[in-house]
Amino acid sequence: MTRAVSVSKNLRARTGTTGLVYLALVVVLVLSALLVAFQGGDLFTAANTVDLFTRSSLLGFLAIGQTLVILCRSLDLSVGYVAALSTMVAAITMAGDPSRIVLGVGATLGLAALIGLVNGLVITRLRVNPFIATLGMGLVIKGYLDTRFQGPAGSVPSEFQMFGLSRVGVLPISTLVMLALAVAAILFLRRTRMGLHMYAVGGDAEVARLSGIRPELPLIAAHVLCSMMAGIAGLLLASRFGTGNTLVYNNGYELEAIAAVVLGGTYLLGGRGGVAGTVAGVFILATLDTVFNTLSMDPFVKDVLRGAIVIAAVAVYARGRHARAAVRLRFPSGGAPPSAAGPPEPPSPPPSPPAPEHAARRGER
Amino acid sequence: MNVENPLPRPRFGSALSALRGGTGTVSVLLVLIFVVIATQNPSFFEGPPLMAFAKKAAPLVILAIGQYLVIVSGEFDLSVGSLVGAQVVIAARLIDGDEAMTFPVIGVMLLFGLLVGLVNGLVTTLLKVPSIITTLGTMLILFGAVRYWTGGAPTGALSENFRVFGRHGLDGVPGLGQLPWALVVAAVLTVGAILLMRSPYGRSLMATGDNDTAAAFSGVRVGRVRTLAFVGSALMATVAAVLIGGFAGVTAQVGQGLEFTAITAVVLGGVVLGGGRGTVVAAALGALTVEALFTLFNQLYLPSTIQPTAQGLIIVAAVAYASRRTDPRPPKRRPRRRPDHPNERPLDSSRR
Repeated sequence: MTRAVSVSKNLRARTGTTGLVYLALVVVLVLSALLVAFQGGDLFTAANTVDLFTRSSLLGFLAIGQTLVILCRSLDLSVGYVAALSTMVAAITMAGDPSRIVLGVGATLGLAALIGLVNGLVITRLRVNPFIATLGMGLVIKGYLDTRFQGPAGSVPSEFQMFGLSRVGVLPISTLVMLALAVAAILFLRRTRMGLHMYAVGGDAEVARLSGIRPELPLIAAHVLCSMMAGIAGLLLASRFGTGNTLVYNNGYELEAIAAVVLGGTYLLGGRGGVAGTVAGVFILATLDTVFNTLSMDPFVKDVLRGAIVIAAVAVYARGRHARAAVRLRFPSGGAPPSAAGPPEPPSPPPSPPAPEHAARRGER
Repeated sequence: MNVENPLPRPRFGSALSALRGGTGTVSVLLVLIFVVIATQNPSFFEGPPLMAFAKKAAPLVILAIGQYLVIVSGEFDLSVGSLVGAQVVIAARLIDGDEAMTFPVIGVMLLFGLLVGLVNGLVTTLLKVPSIITTLGTMLILFGAVRYWTGGAPTGALSENFRVFGRHGLDGVPGLGQLPWALVVAAVLTVGAILLMRSPYGRSLMATGDNDTAAAFSGVRVGRVRTLAFVGSALMATVAAVLIGGFAGVTAQVGQGLEFTAITAVVLGGVVLGGGRGTVVAAALGALTVEALFTLFNQLYLPSTIQPTAQGLIIVAAVAYASRRTDPRPPKRRPRRRPDHPNERPLDSSRR
């Protein structure tokens, strides 16, 4: 019992930035609404809200999967290609026949899981750096798609298009599915053994191994789940387009998903963060896109602003995080858990300089 | 270079130790590819074709050296592809066919490269943004800004003087026909980078990438060292842009995907992502290998669409092979590293 409590406290400490992320989301929403109102528009019309939610679902699937992988100290650069492949598999398997929907979904998710398994095995068994392993996997899929297919192929029955096109009120079905999967992922990470092991392996694989965890298993599981989420994203794309489309991979989804994860406060280093923050990160990016659209901004200016905003947001998080991390250094024994359990400390206003710079300055003299 | 040794000392005569690590793997791979190319096309090594290959490979070698500087310091630079594209478009727009503008514009490009590198470096080191995010942002910004500036499609034209570097060379060299300027530039920069890595700065850079806390405690100004690495990478991308622009001309797609090709080249050379390992020579050989691979694919008349598949398989296989040879048992002290932001490591990892 006490152990369970301390685990949950630790988890709260790990997901500490999540509050900050949701604050950022609110700030972005308010600023956007003001900006749009200033231009004589209204951000929260039904059409705009639907647009915002629709944008968030696709990126959400990819980013939730990416979160799991990043928590394990890995990375998946192949998700865009897996999504593209999944649109083709789904559309060709279904071939416009409503009775084959289940088969199509099964085939797509099965293939995606297989790709994730290969990624995971290449990273753990062959000890290839995740960056290279998944980039290589992406290239392999790209080559296959370009060689095998010249253009859109297959077709999705109209029943399945409901997944991408229909909605309840302002909430598209796909967004509801995305949010449901996000909740499932949060529960998975907090309540199941495998989820906790993912944090452990991401925090320090060696310590996890010494504690009796086989570090390979959570990592492989994370990659399988990440690829399956990419497969779901592919299903969504297929249901929106009505056919399979290979050119999906040109959209740079993998980097956008990583940006959303980092924006959501998950460490690229692994071991800290969570899906709740990622969802906020996804909504921040979706809000920006909706605002740019509402203001009918030049698409190229959009890129510039998006790049600048992602950097600025991550810089803000990094400041808060480093202030807190520096506090942790005062417990060099490592036994004391971070003091997040107590009353929330006021963030020390001058972020005490991290040790390295400090030492560097001393070294100069 | 021996991968076990975090701070390799120059070992001029020790070819054996050089063959053990990534340099060995990539050399063997390069030789293998060259052998296959030779069986397909025996005249490949007869001077002019070889020089044509060198001309084509030079920009990637230069980009790989720039990327090496950043990777060895434990960071990433994803912005080089966009930067190359931006620089070529800037050159075309500013020169606009006017010969007299050539060198002033090259100066402007170098300044612009310096600025981009400085921004990348300072944002990463001062604001503590993970470099993969910083340079991803710079990539988006450059991509959008340049297209906005030119209205979507590149305008203007390069001058003949500008294209000399990418296209022409020193004529009448015995045995070779023409010695391309691109090769000369790449060779000079490679030698320069080798010397740089043996200088105190290079040692600091290597130490920073291996363990930035230890480096900081030994008196290395980690932030400054890393920032300079980003500046170096951006300047190298600028030089590569001059060569690529001269060689291939101006299109909207120039530079697309080059950052991943460059990272591939560097990693193929056995430079570990996460920093602190590997040599300049290995990175340059990695670039040559990637380019030789492309040449081989062309000679085998593989459909160009299947090339990524082969490229992906070969990269993964080569890296798997290299990590098998250098690291036969599960790492005891050093868990596998991943692309990360090493500034954060000392504060959070339980390895402190």
